Amino acid sequence: MIDSIRSKVFPKRKKKKNINWIATILVILVSLIILFPLYITISIALKSPQELAQSVLAPPLRFHWENFAEAMEVSNFWRSLRNSALVSIPVIFLTVLSNSMVCYAIARNMNNRFFKFLYFYFVSAMFVPFPIIMLPLVKQMSGYGLTDNLVGLIIIYIVYSLPLNTLIYVGYIKTIPKSLEEAAIIDGGSIWQIFWSVIFPLLKPINATVAILAGLFSWNSFMLPLVMIASRKLMTLPLAQYAFQSQYSIDFNLAFASYLLALSPMLIFYIISQKWVISGVLRGSLKQ
Amino acid sequence: MAIPGFLLLFLFHTFPVIRGAFYSFTNWKGYGSYDFVGLKNYIELFNDSRVMDSYIFTFKFAVISTILVNAFSLVLAVGLNAKIKFKNTLRAVYFTPHILSILIVGFIFKHIFTYVLPEIGQTLGIEILAKNILGYPDLAWIGIVVLAVWQSSGFHIILYLAGLQTIPQQLYEAADIDGANNWQKFWRVTFPLLAPFFTVNLVVAMRNFMMVFDHIVALTNGGPGRATESISLLIYRGGFEGGEFGYQTANSIIYFIFILIIAVIQVKFLQRREVQL
Repeated sequence: MIDSIRSKVFPKRKKKKNINWIATILVILVSLIILFPLYITISIALKSPQELAQSVLAPPLRFHWENFAEAMEVSNFWRSLRNSALVSIPVIFLTVLSNSMVCYAIARNMNNRFFKFLYFYFVSAMFVPFPIIMLPLVKQMSGYGLTDNLVGLIIIYIVYSLPLNTLIYVGYIKTIPKSLEEAAIIDGGSIWQIFWSVIFPLLKPINATVAILAGLFSWNSFMLPLVMIASRKLMTLPLAQYAFQSQYSIDFNLAFASYLLALSPMLIFYIISQKWVISGVLRGSLKQ
Repeated sequence: MAIPGFLLLFLFHTFPVIRGAFYSFTNWKGYGSYDFVGLKNYIELFNDSRVMDSYIFTFKFAVISTILVNAFSLVLAVGLNAKIKFKNTLRAVYFTPHILSILIVGFIFKHIFTYVLPEIGQTLGIEILAKNILGYPDLAWIGIVVLAVWQSSGFHIILYLAGLQTIPQQLYEAADIDGANNWQKFWRVTFPLLAPFFTVNLVVAMRNFMMVFDHIVALTNGGPGRATESISLLIYRGGFEGGEFGYQTANSIIYFIFILIIAVIQVKFLQRREVQL
C-alpha cells in the first residue's frame, strides 16, 4: 500500500520494484516469536547439562550428539517411528484410493436421490468431532478386537477423513466434463477402467491435498492413539513422548533431544516440500 | 463403491453416536451391568460444578484464543501480502508450527514457561515473567492461550493471505485517487471484503479451540487443581478413568449441542456483514 502512494509521489520510480522494507523488518521480527521455541529446542538438545545450567539461552559451545543416541534408546525412537510410519503410510494411500472412488460414485450420481442423501450424510458427519464419540467408539472398537491394534487406528483415520474429503473430491470431480468419460464408454471401457485411466490421473492435485491432510492428521494426532493404544510396543511418536515423560525427570537435554527427534521426520518432510504442504492445507481448508 | 463407504462411516461414526445417546440414559461405569436412569445424568450435569467449570473454562479459553489468533493472523497476513523480501521463506516459517505435533510442542512450551521465561524475567527484572505462570490457577490459562495462538496462527495466516489475494488491486487504486490513507484503505476496502474469510477463520478457530485437549495435557494436565480442565479432558478422565461412562456420554451430547449452537450463531452473525462485489 505504501508502495502505491510512493509511486504516485515519485512517478519516476514506478518501474522499479519497490520493496517495503518497514513491513519486511516487522514481519521478520515477529517471525522470531515463531522460531524462538524451535531455537530453544535445538539448542538444549545439543547442550550438555553443565552448559544448560550456565545459560538457557546461549547457543551450545560444542554439539553433544550423544544426547540423541541416548534419547533414541530411552524413548525407543525407532520403534515409535516405525509405528507412526506403519499407520501413516497406509492411511495416506488408502485414504486417497478409497475416498476418491467413493466420491467419484457420488459426484457422478448426484441426480439420484440416494446418492444425494449420501453426500449430505457424509458431509454432516463433519459436525460431530472426535471427542464427542470417543467413549462409545472405544468400547465398540474393543468389542471388535481393534483397540491396541494399529489396524484399528488405520481404519478410524481413513473413515474419519471421508466427510471432509467428500467436500473436496466431489467439488472437484463436478468440474471435470463428462464428455471425457462418454468418449471412453463408447470405446467400450468399464467404469473401473474409466476411473483409473481417465478420472484418477485428473485428480492429481486434489490427491496431493488429500494425501497431505491425511498424513498430517494421522502423524500428529494424539487423542485417538491415546484412547486406542495401550501397549508401549505399539505407541506412535506423540504417544510415546507422552508415555516417556516421567523417564526424563530433570534430564532436560535428554528430553529435548527426544522431542527434536520426534519432531524431525515432519520437519524434514516440510522443509523439502513446504510449497506442496501449504497449498494442500489451504485447498483443503477453503472447502470447509 | 459408495455403499461400502456408507457402511463404514455408519459403523464407525454414526453407530457410536447412537450408542452414546443410548448410554447417556444409563448409569454404566464402562464395565459391568447398568440400569436405565432416565434423564438423571442430564439433570446432574447441570448441577455439577466440575462440569460447569470445565464449560466456562473451555468457552473462555476458546473465545480469547479465537480473537487473539485472528487479530494476530490478520495483521501478519497483511504484512506478508505487502511487497516484502523473503516472502515465501517467511510464509513457510509462520506455517511451520501447524505441521508439528501439538503435544510435543506443548512439552517444549512447558519447559519454556517453567525455566526459560523465569530466567529471562529475573535477568531483566520483569516480575510477571519471573514466575512460572503454569503454577498459578488464575494464570495457567495464559500459557495455554500462548501455545494455542503460536501453534495455529500459521494456518489462519495462510487463509487470510488467500483472502487478501481475492481483493482486486483496482479498488486500492480507486481509493488512492480518492485520497484515502492506508488506515482508511484497510478499514474501508480490505476489512469488508475479507468478510467471508473472517467467517471461515472464526468458525474454524472456535471449533478447534472448543476441542482443546493436547495443549492442556502437555502444559498443565488440567491443573493446578482443576483450573484448566477442558470439556474433552473431563470426558476423557471421567469416562475412562473415573467410572462415569454413562454420565460422560451424556456430557458429550450436551457438549455437541453446545458446539453446534456456537457455530450456528457465529455463521448467522458473521454472514450478515459479508458483502458481494
